[in-house]
Amino acid sequence: MSYTIYGINGPVVTVRGGRGLAMMDMVRVGDMGLIGEVVGVEGDTTTVQVYEDTAGLIPGQPVTSLGAPMSITLGPGLLNNIFDGIARPLKVMEERSGPFLDRGLDIPTLDPDRRWETTVLVREGDQLKAGDCYAQCPETTLITHRCLVPAGLSGRVTHAAPNGSYTVADALIELTDDRGTVHTLRLAQSWPIRTPRPMGEQLPIHRPLITGQRIIDTLFPIGKGGAAAIPGPFGAGKTMTQHQLAKWSDADIIVYLGCGERGNEMTQALEEFSELLDPKSQQPLMNRTILIANTSNMPVAAREASVYTGMTIAEYYRDMGYHVALMADSTSRWAEALREISGRLEEMPAEEGFPAYLASRLAEFYERAGYVRTLEGKEGSVTVIGAVSPQGGDFSEPVTQNTKRYVRTFWGLDRALAYGRHFPSINWLTSYSEYIADLKPWYDQQVSPRFMADRQRIFTLLQEEDQLLEIVKLIGADVLPEEQKLTLETARLIRVGFLQQNAYNQIDTYVPLEKQFQMMEVILALYDGAKPLLERAIPLSQIKATGIFASLSKIKYEVPNDTPQRFEGYHEAIRAALRQVDEANR
Amino acid sequence: MRLEYMGLSELSGSLIALEGVSGVAYDETAEITLPDGKRRAGRVIRLEGDKAILQVFEGTRGLSLDNARTHFTGEPVKLPLSTEMLGRIFDGAGRPIDGLGELYPEERRDINGSAINPVSRHYPRDCIETGISAIDCNMTLIRGQKLPIFSGSGMKHNELAAQIVRQARVGEERNFAIVFAAMGVKNDTAEFFRRSFEEAGALQRVVMFRNLASDPIIERILTPRCALTAAEYLAFDKGYHVLVILTDMTSYCEAVREFSSSKGEIPSRKGFPAYLYSDLASLYERAGMIRGRPGSVTQVPILTMPNDDITHPIPDLTGYITEGQIVLDRDLDQKGLYPPVSILPSLSRLMKDGIGEGFTRADHPALSNQLFASYSKVQDARSLASVIGEDELSETDRQYLTFGRALEQLFIRQDPLQRRTIPETLDLGWKLLTILPRSELDRVDDATLQAHYVEGAYQSLLSDLPQ
Repeated sequence: MSYTIYGINGPVVTVRGGRGLAMMDMVRVGDMGLIGEVVGVEGDTTTVQVYEDTAGLIPGQPVTSLGAPMSITLGPGLLNNIFDGIARPLKVMEERSGPFLDRGLDIPTLDPDRRWETTVLVREGDQLKAGDCYAQCPETTLITHRCLVPAGLSGRVTHAAPNGSYTVADALIELTDDRGTVHTLRLAQSWPIRTPRPMGEQLPIHRPLITGQRIIDTLFPIGKGGAAAIPGPFGAGKTMTQHQLAKWSDADIIVYLGCGERGNEMTQALEEFSELLDPKSQQPLMNRTILIANTSNMPVAAREASVYTGMTIAEYYRDMGYHVALMADSTSRWAEALREISGRLEEMPAEEGFPAYLASRLAEFYERAGYVRTLEGKEGSVTVIGAVSPQGGDFSEPVTQNTKRYVRTFWGLDRALAYGRHFPSINWLTSYSEYIADLKPWYDQQVSPRFMADRQRIFTLLQEEDQLLEIVKLIGADVLPEEQKLTLETARLIRVGFLQQNAYNQIDTYVPLEKQFQMMEVILALYDGAKPLLERAIPLSQIKATGIFASLSKIKYEVPNDTPQRFEGYHEAIRAALRQVDEANR
Repeated sequence: MRLEYMGLSELSGSLIALEGVSGVAYDETAEITLPDGKRRAGRVIRLEGDKAILQVFEGTRGLSLDNARTHFTGEPVKLPLSTEMLGRIFDGAGRPIDGLGELYPEERRDINGSAINPVSRHYPRDCIETGISAIDCNMTLIRGQKLPIFSGSGMKHNELAAQIVRQARVGEERNFAIVFAAMGVKNDTAEFFRRSFEEAGALQRVVMFRNLASDPIIERILTPRCALTAAEYLAFDKGYHVLVILTDMTSYCEAVREFSSSKGEIPSRKGFPAYLYSDLASLYERAGMIRGRPGSVTQVPILTMPNDDITHPIPDLTGYITEGQIVLDRDLDQKGLYPPVSILPSLSRLMKDGIGEGFTRADHPALSNQLFASYSKVQDARSLASVIGEDELSETDRQYLTFGRALEQLFIRQDPLQRRTIPETLDLGWKLLTILPRSELDRVDDATLQAHYVEGAYQSLLSDLPQ
């Protein structure tokens, strides 16, 4: 059966010549061998979306099927690397085609020549089932790569190679199943990107993903295995926030997906992550990071595929028992790619031109996040943090609204805060986290039983401030009663001294939970201590004049992250300042 | 042998269809010959079996189903390139229109270009001193950046762009070049730029592409692509630092919309096609630097926001792709203030890595941050003053009002011919901050304040401040 190109319209190519092509099969299109995927079959006409620029294709050129759905190779060598949307290594593409991307390059995801020091963990005669680990090798200084029997496979080991150095294609073991079929297992395996990888069972979310960002960890935490959205207009700091999370969150592995965003941002991520050291291990961050870059000027169909590529890689490491965080920047670009292709397929548009299946695609994607027991019996998780770029910064548009239904943490970025250079510009009034109750036991045990109570008080002060500011806008702050002035002043301290966090400051860029807790304690101690004085009609201005508010607002820079004992000095300073005001009014 | 297809099977707007063709490639160009021997250029935009649909760049006027002869060239739209382009003027599709004859090309290159591999990019870090305080201090332009000017009809965006070109150290750099693309602008505007390049003595460093308001819209879609192909050639092959001015992106986007609707595509927001984001990205992403190659492409696209609305699809999609934006403000413009740069919504994403110690001056990031933060409080004080009156304001709020006025009149305002060096700009900024009490400056650490905050330093400035 020979298939040929019939029609071409942008990335959508129609193919004729038979009825044998299956939905989602990967194909190579034309003399250049462009990579594509079957997205529709009607009679003997098959529709293919092509992941590369289709200029130069001619009707009549051949189309060949690879006979399998769009799959990627998974194995050692993914970490500390950067790929395009369909998992081709960009560094190798550069060697082949120079600084400008060429088309039709057939490059394996993993380096076929690189050898890995492999320990084979099974012997001939062992019985293995799906998910069992048969070999492992150190992939980077941080991560041990564990090779697991693929889902759906089990049997007896009939051959096992000795320990040694192997390439990803070398046979490691042979597994003979009940029917006598022999399966060869290697360091690498292949998996279709649109199929979620199987797991044992979904477990409840009970641990936070610690990010070192105060407003996130304290006010709106996300659990390991959870899903969060960061929507915001341009310039509000979505990418900046994503980068901070990729750098500092306590996941074992980060998959950073640049989907339809700027080329320079990916370059920066690559440079920065290679230089920065992981705070725990003092190893370069790239050793635990996988970058996927499908920038806005790379082909749109590959942008659509890139989110699945990222998710499949994340699940693959989850199955080894790692905690993985997937940062997708930005999911709106993915939704727009869906819209663009849907338009070319002449499908009926729903809201704002997006296809009607937008919601179900988003749901499928976010549902692949989770805290699981793997087939092997270990615990692992995939946490998804998706940036959303709403049109015109309007959160009522379809992508934001549909995303909100499937995520439980919402960090709404705010244009007004960004204009005042308040970063991270997460608006504390529109954001929320539904994980608070799930995570409370963990915080109680690991940080302090007072943590969640303090958090609630901080949050309440901020809400009170918002209401008071409405009044201030009309009559000015001077006429407010002293107690409300204290609320305003404390809330200001919280905003400037606590919520604002300087990503460029060595100390402030990452803050451990213990320090976050102590900072809240100090701020609340000042508030509680000042209150009785005000009740005695002492004006707040006298307390302000001691400089104690200004001094607390600089704690974030003054107290190093590893010396929480310094906070006792601040408590002492508060007592001294209040005593001084008290005595002056005796 | 020259193969020609006689006649057409369909005509609609700027599109023509031919049946019975073979061996025609997607995106290939064609020459359509009219009975009088004149030739028009076209491009294949859709293929279906033996039917090809073409767009005709100069429009289909005078074409009939019988009188056209079509020849397929076998290659995509290509632009002839050579360093002799400098100082020349071309039309929107890259043909010389200055009467100096054809170019002797060193090579011809597909105007669509290809995406730069993110691995090959060199992350831009060198700042371009424009001599304009508002930009240098608060939204520093970096070599290799794409930083658009968001303006509105009637505002001084052209003057600002011309000043940037004039002052961006044109004189000192021997390998500095300007690529200017006019898309759907009036002749006056194109002429204004030509004159201002001439006055700066830079005319021999400019490549101009001109698609005026009356020129065919299909060519307008090619214009920025030609300009960027020329820019990439000069930068990455010839080592020039190229500043690309694209004006007006709004006209370009409207041309894309017009063309899309003539193809009968499903419209998305405000009638623009769903692929407008990808289309704009394919232009803006052609800015940057490449590792191991000496030159750079810096883009300053200008767009007029329809109805001054920053959430309109054109500025909105642009802002999501470009590395910041310089926003002009109608109120400031009406106050007669030049350049009417609105500080708060403006932003340069790359400045963080190109300013400070070792780049401009160590105090630059803190100062810029503090100016943003303080100026955003000015807006609060102003809205409060409009409700309760200036007299009822607290002392601090009154100081904010003074600070706001001084910042606008002494810092943002600048003569089109005046050039402030970065140290001058930064010192002026610190002086203005002394209008506010030291305790209000919460974005600066104590050591920096100690070094730069001189109590009462603003006094000498206030005499210049118009009431």
